[in-house]
Amino acid sequence: MCGIAGTLNFDGEKINPDLLRQMITMIRYRGPDDINVYTAGPMGLAHARLSIIDLEGGRQPMHNEDKSLWITFNGEIFNYVELRKELVGKGHRFRTQSDTEVLLHLYEEKGEDCVRELNGQWAFAVWDEKARRLFLSRDRMGVRPIFYTVTDRAFVFGSEIKTVLAHPDVGREMDLRALDQIFTFWYTLPPATIFKGIQELPPGHSMTVEDGKVRIRRYWQPGYGRNSGLVTEQDYADRLVELLVDATRLRLRSDVPVGAYLSGGLDSTVITTLIKRFTDTPLKTFSVTFDDPEFDESVYQKEVIRCLETDHQAVRCTHQDIGRFFPEVVWHTEKPVLRTAPAPLYLLSRLVRDNGYKVVLTGEGSDEILGGYDIFKETKIRRFWAAQPDSRIRPLLLKRLYPYLPNLQSQSAAYLQAFFHVKPEDRFDPFFSHIPRWDLTARIKLFFSEGVRSHLKSYDAYEDMRRRLPAEYFGWDGFSQAQYLETAHLLPGYILSSQGDRMAMAHSVEGRFPFLDHRVVEFASTIPPRLKMKVLDEKYILKLAMGNRIPASIKKRPKQPYRAPEAQSFIGGKQPVRHAYVEELLSKERIEKDGIFQPEAVQKLVEKIRGGQTVGIKDNMALVGILSTQLVVDQFIRNFNRRSVDAVD
Amino acid sequence: MPSIEQQLREFVVNNFLFGQGGDQLSNRDSFLEKGIVDSTGVLELVAFLEEQYQIKIDDEELVPANLDSIDNLVRFIEKKSPTTR
Repeated sequence: MCGIAGTLNFDGEKINPDLLRQMITMIRYRGPDDINVYTAGPMGLAHARLSIIDLEGGRQPMHNEDKSLWITFNGEIFNYVELRKELVGKGHRFRTQSDTEVLLHLYEEKGEDCVRELNGQWAFAVWDEKARRLFLSRDRMGVRPIFYTVTDRAFVFGSEIKTVLAHPDVGREMDLRALDQIFTFWYTLPPATIFKGIQELPPGHSMTVEDGKVRIRRYWQPGYGRNSGLVTEQDYADRLVELLVDATRLRLRSDVPVGAYLSGGLDSTVITTLIKRFTDTPLKTFSVTFDDPEFDESVYQKEVIRCLETDHQAVRCTHQDIGRFFPEVVWHTEKPVLRTAPAPLYLLSRLVRDNGYKVVLTGEGSDEILGGYDIFKETKIRRFWAAQPDSRIRPLLLKRLYPYLPNLQSQSAAYLQAFFHVKPEDRFDPFFSHIPRWDLTARIKLFFSEGVRSHLKSYDAYEDMRRRLPAEYFGWDGFSQAQYLETAHLLPGYILSSQGDRMAMAHSVEGRFPFLDHRVVEFASTIPPRLKMKVLDEKYILKLAMGNRIPASIKKRPKQPYRAPEAQSFIGGKQPVRHAYVEELLSKERIEKDGIFQPEAVQKLVEKIRGGQTVGIKDNMALVGILSTQLVVDQFIRNFNRRSVDAVD
Repeated sequence: MPSIEQQLREFVVNNFLFGQGGDQLSNRDSFLEKGIVDSTGVLELVAFLEEQYQIKIDDEELVPANLDSIDNLVRFIEKKSPTTR
């Protein structure tokens, strides 16, 4: 895993290698093993390397035999062994054992369509010297990032936004529509980022830059409802396990040892089990535990460790840790977040690195592709209840769904009906599954300043989302629609980025995700919803597929979403917590000066939390959202030059 | 001493709206329709009423007809605790 960056000057001016070096150095934590730049007139590519495959020969930027093609590549092509054999058969000659060189030759052979052959996670740029064309591509699911901007004079790109911001022609201003999107959905709608003028290449897309023009093309997207031809439950289960074993096997290809994250939930247990039972890889596992029993899953982690006999390390995360490391976390997420959940993962990747590991396999993606999240169950219950809104029994199912949310337990049916939008007509809304969540989140826009509100007066985030949906979406069943929103948006926009790539790479750790092998994803999309969630048993088909290979206690345990302590990490309630940066960034003067939020409202929120009153989901999201937005302004807009000197030093 | 209506309005505006837009909140506005309370909000409201007016609110009374607007709240408090009138 690595970091990449590059620039193409439209006016023909030669690239200054020092500028490229400065851009790539901003993200040297992504690739601390080696930094290199390549320039050829107006074109420059840069690479920070985390050596994992072909430790000696895999230096980048890399060229082909006649140096007409140059590549800078972040990621892994897991099927490079098979692709290499095919390419050798077609007469290609290789100088290294790396997957990078395979990618280069495959591009030579197939051009832009090369990406369709790849099984992997990638973000790369190829400079075609003869055609004077730059080609960039991002993997199907959005595991690896690419950001870019087009200025009057140049095309600038990089693995992270800070590489692009390091270019002197690039301005630093917050995009308020993107802020509205985060304060509604938790993520920005691609290609928007929180910075005006800086865009991300969406997952499943490639782009070319040629003659000063940028062309973007989609080569893949999630789809539902195709028929696999399989009939019985067992057929589906057998095929799923067969694909997962192969996806895991491919993801163990590495010239350095591979570890695994173990949360104590079903998905990471499945991956750890597959590694132990179907390969002879010695396995080290890593987990995060919490002081606060509300969030801690160590009982289940111990159960898996006992059953699978893995060599295990855990890091304990306290409220203080979250508050202390949050500025660093936001420096890496590069956007506001409404949850603190990335912070413990930041500590976890540090533990992995400190143990000498560079690669971990995790269970990410399973909840999206196999319908594991509570939102799928919630949607099913709401739909069931909305069919008979006067039922007194049906609302009880919602209480059973959220045993870990005590506030819901004492609500009357009338309130539950209102909170969960259970009206017969709601069932036909294309966003039926997500309306309660988005509506609740959007309430925190109450804290926006008059100026921000006036700027956003004519903007409707729901409408913006609606315009971006594929035409097929409106023909899919409700379960698949919900899956699409989670898979195409939440997964790349938050889970794989803010909780995934950015937290792992902060400590030079590469995540690999067998559930996100495109063959698994495409197969999962053919599994009928009734097998993904049988009545209210989530990921039923996965449990069936794994059978007795995983501990029964893990299969039967209630689903617990991964969460971390929120407001109390920054302000405390009955037990005061103080962090100087929190006091400064949330002070009346600072909020007023930055102009994004209403100072009096923020003060009242802080007082409410400090007073030890019950703080609900909405207030927690508001505090974390406001604080992280203030950190983005502080680190990226006001003090970027100072922060970047720290990064380069 | 402020009236019950004033006390309730102040609590709702400060606690749920953080001081924002109180002038646009009428006594008849539904807290649910306006998105003012969520599931925690209902419990915060109940805790405030129990402490402020020294009353005990039963589970069956946790319904919008009692709690979903300033008018409803005033009626409910006056019924539960006639001495506060």
